[in-house]
Amino acid sequence: MIYVKSFIFAGVVCAIGQIILDNTKLTNGHITSLFVVIGAALDIFSIYDKLVIWAGGGALVPITSFGHLLMHGALEKANQYSILGLSMGMFDLTATGIISAIVISFFLALIFKPKH
Amino acid sequence: MDKKRYSDLVNKHMPKENKIYNVMKAFIVGGGIGVLGQFLIDIYVHTLDIPKNEANSYMIITLIFIAALFTAIGFFDNFVAWAKAGLIIPITGFAHAMSSAAIEYRKEGLIMGIGSNIFKIAGSVILYGVVSAYVFGIIRFVIFGG
Repeated sequence: MIYVKSFIFAGVVCAIGQIILDNTKLTNGHITSLFVVIGAALDIFSIYDKLVIWAGGGALVPITSFGHLLMHGALEKANQYSILGLSMGMFDLTATGIISAIVISFFLALIFKPKH
Repeated sequence: MDKKRYSDLVNKHMPKENKIYNVMKAFIVGGGIGVLGQFLIDIYVHTLDIPKNEANSYMIITLIFIAALFTAIGFFDNFVAWAKAGLIIPITGFAHAMSSAAIEYRKEGLIMGIGSNIFKIAGSVILYGVVSAYVFGIIRFVIFGG
């Protein structure tokens, strides 16, 4: 059942992105930035937490979860260190994704040549 | 005249059909990646015997690695051109933006090429993610106390 929910949630998020992409002049960069902001905004009232429980991996894969994880790490540290904690914990949960993307991209760029 | 009417008709109907087809492709590909993500989490939890939040991180790294590797080999661009938002909205789009920028600007050198261009597209995701999470974080911290 969790697979069906994953499919529906991730599919719907991507379909919304495609509808925005087709009907406006926004580019890929605009859409991904917009979705990160939406993910963070949904966390003000803990809505995204409930979506992650409902859809599992399907809610973690779209870029909206990036905003959600930024916010979560920041708030976790903010409980301990007040406002200063927001900056301390901001990258706590997203660090693995960002750092692996940087390292992998760097070494692949050294190994591979552009196709065109 | 008939030809003109025909082309008008075609123009009227073409983009509409393409849009529906695009949305369907994005839904199916995006949903497929969601299922793949959940599948990877389950595999990691069962085979490596690790807690779920660690498995989530491994799943994200796996998807980033696959997307970056396919971009480097050269056929991920075609996938993105076909599936559009289905591959751009998931974390694969983030990895694709970063690795394609790194590979494309490789010829301009390590510093002025890779160094200054790797965040060209992915940087906006990080920038607006951080700024919005900070602002919303303050709002939530003030209103709900964390």
